Amino acid sequence: MLEHVISSTILSGIMIFNVINLAALHTWLERKQSAVMQDRIGANRAHIGPFRLLGLFHPLADAIKMFFKEDFVPPSGHRVLHTLAPFLSMVFALITFAAIPFGDVLRIGDMEIGLQPANLNIGVLYILAMLSMVVYGVVLAGYSSNNNYAFLGGLRASAQMISYEVTLGLTIMGLVMIYGTLNLQEMIRWQGRLLFGFLPAWGVFMQPLGFLLFLAAGIAETKRIPYDIPEAESEIIGYFTEYSGMKFGMYFFTDYVETILLACMSTALFFGGWQVPFLRSGGFHWGGTLVLGLPHLLVTLMQIGSFTAKVLAFCWFFMLIRWTLPRFRYDQLMKVGWKMMLPLSLANLLATAVILVMVGN
Amino acid sequence: MDITELNKTEGVRDTATREADALETKEMMLNMGPSHPAMHGIIRLILKLDGEVVKDCEVHIGYLHRAFEKMCEEGGYLQVIPYTDRLNYVSPLINNVGYCMAVEKLFGIKTTERCDYIRVIMSELSRITDHLTCVGASAMEVGAFTVFLYMIKAREYLWELIEEVTGARLTISYTRVGGLKSDLPAGFAEKCRTRLKEVRKVNQEVHTLLTKNRIFIDRMKGIGTISQEDAVAYSVTGPFLRATGVDYDVRKDNPYLIYNRLDFDVPVGEYGDNFDRYLVRMEEMEQSIRIVEQCLDQMPKGPVAVDMEGRAIPAEFMVDEAKMGRTGGLLEVQAVVDPTLEGGTRANFNAVQTEEKRAILPPKEDTYGNIEGLMQHFKLVMYGHGIRPPKGDTYQAVEGANGELGFYIVSDGTDRPYRVRVRPPCFTILAAFPLTCIGWTVSDIIPTFGSVNMIGGELDR
Repeated sequence: MLEHVISSTILSGIMIFNVINLAALHTWLERKQSAVMQDRIGANRAHIGPFRLLGLFHPLADAIKMFFKEDFVPPSGHRVLHTLAPFLSMVFALITFAAIPFGDVLRIGDMEIGLQPANLNIGVLYILAMLSMVVYGVVLAGYSSNNNYAFLGGLRASAQMISYEVTLGLTIMGLVMIYGTLNLQEMIRWQGRLLFGFLPAWGVFMQPLGFLLFLAAGIAETKRIPYDIPEAESEIIGYFTEYSGMKFGMYFFTDYVETILLACMSTALFFGGWQVPFLRSGGFHWGGTLVLGLPHLLVTLMQIGSFTAKVLAFCWFFMLIRWTLPRFRYDQLMKVGWKMMLPLSLANLLATAVILVMVGN
Repeated sequence: MDITELNKTEGVRDTATREADALETKEMMLNMGPSHPAMHGIIRLILKLDGEVVKDCEVHIGYLHRAFEKMCEEGGYLQVIPYTDRLNYVSPLINNVGYCMAVEKLFGIKTTERCDYIRVIMSELSRITDHLTCVGASAMEVGAFTVFLYMIKAREYLWELIEEVTGARLTISYTRVGGLKSDLPAGFAEKCRTRLKEVRKVNQEVHTLLTKNRIFIDRMKGIGTISQEDAVAYSVTGPFLRATGVDYDVRKDNPYLIYNRLDFDVPVGEYGDNFDRYLVRMEEMEQSIRIVEQCLDQMPKGPVAVDMEGRAIPAEFMVDEAKMGRTGGLLEVQAVVDPTLEGGTRANFNAVQTEEKRAILPPKEDTYGNIEGLMQHFKLVMYGHGIRPPKGDTYQAVEGANGELGFYIVSDGTDRPYRVRVRPPCFTILAAFPLTCIGWTVSDIIPTFGSVNMIGGELDR
């Protein structure tokens, strides 16, 4: 029991540490990626002594700046809710990662450690539940600021998040039907199979339409362009209009944490999570025979590396989208969500069910 | 007539409006600007919202009022030129040209041909920079940030070009009454052609990013429409008017300078919506590039052969001189001067300056070198002297980037204008602006406002 608690604590620590650092790095990556796309150099000014390190100090400088800025609460706003809101956003975004498995089982001596902060048998539901809690932070921000712009932002956010969660949930349902489990670790293990003997049975091959819908709905959940309606900085400034300093920083940060979360979910659900094609415990397999034997620790490290690489690739992909497309309008977004994506995801679900029944029979 | 009543004549309505009408709702007042990212810090819209739908819109202007017209009456005619830079500060050259042409009209001066060509080239380059800024900024405001930076990059190519010619990027004060500050620098034509090629490439890129982009089309098409009748009734001009299908362009309908010699089209839209305005602007840039290229081909040669007094030599006279072997004195002699005076030397001078001595400063060699030049210079720049157009008034319009930019100047025969009145293209568009946003949503105001290309400097003056 004690071992379990200790290992869970350590794993959670690793997860939180990595996510927070990746989120900070993500700001740098985003700056550099947008600079590459826009023929610029990108952030490169912050330095410690003579060291500039390609602008890697910028996240640090950002954090310092935000901590030292005035913490402003609008005089007519609700002080308690105004302060609580960013914490809600941030906390729920972070604890969602508890259910994300970043590797298979690590064996040290007799001990077996599942590389996942919390092995929940309803992992998918947990993630969805926590994700929908994030919206409270946003809505409260809009409500407690007593500012019309923030209010509009909060309203838009609640409508958008609720609409797109439906699609998000339905696309995942298709996978749940195929994998037959709600446990993310089990789902990833299932994806270790091979289709037709050579194609990894990743979710993206099982549910191509589902993947696209999931991605679209997921980006809407992260409130990034083209779905950044709640922020829409040139229209309504956003639900965080009245936030400054680190409270604003937390919203800023939550956005990146959510992006990473979406990347993790896409990886885990559709891209085989930590699976490396043909790599199973013991080494690479081809056609049922062991081709290349590898020690357990190396396999585990490769699997963790595979997961990380996929997550980073998704983060990069989201950046590409963000810096290419313009944003929707509020009602167009609703139209896309309810009139296109929802019917499509329902059709996808139906088709999956029919095929499953036929294959099962 | 009340704004809302005016709007009833509009045919197109958003579905959201009708749905909102069925429910009992409260209106929310939203004060947009002057501190709002899309309002340039210099305009205020007071909106009445029903949900996200705009019910009423009131435009407050005047945040950048700098008493341009009054200040013009305080200094001499030449001192107005730097002020005109600050009217439409995205395409200041067109303002310069417009003002100087108005004063020249008062004088009855004929500028040289090369000067006219250079004015056209610079005006068209400015038009391109203006449209690049407008399209880029409105793309950014609907979220396509990358397009903005691409277009700013293209604008930078052109501004570097303009900087080379005028010595400044923004406050250029390039034209003079009767001519120009200086001739084009050496090698301008080639550089200009390569830069325009770059701009074309950027525009092509933007076309691929936006013109067929479904999200962008959804945001622009059918949004912020204004009918042809309304646009004409509000005397809207420029791309905003042409997007409704009226092909009014000062360059075609009241040709000035040498526009009637050039072959270019006036693109018109059909529906008067944001998308048409975007397309009209994109096409106008292409047409401007065509105009500049034609000008570069047709333009009379740069520094002309001059005699020792610095006068242009007529061709037949040159032949006579050559027959007698006296070509030594005809060589192009250029004095070495301070870089700030580059192009203002004698060799370049006659090509771009009129011979009217009442209006134009002598070349620097003469100012520094002989008493006549010095006197002419002083008579024009000293307090109590200066340029004195004959009594009378005149109106001169040029096609600014946003529409008809007119200067109405009254002269009482003294060295100061009695009145300078500017007809700013933005002003009329903003008067009609509520028509284009009532009935649409808050989000639609942003691209619609972006397509107005409001420039505070010329709106508030």
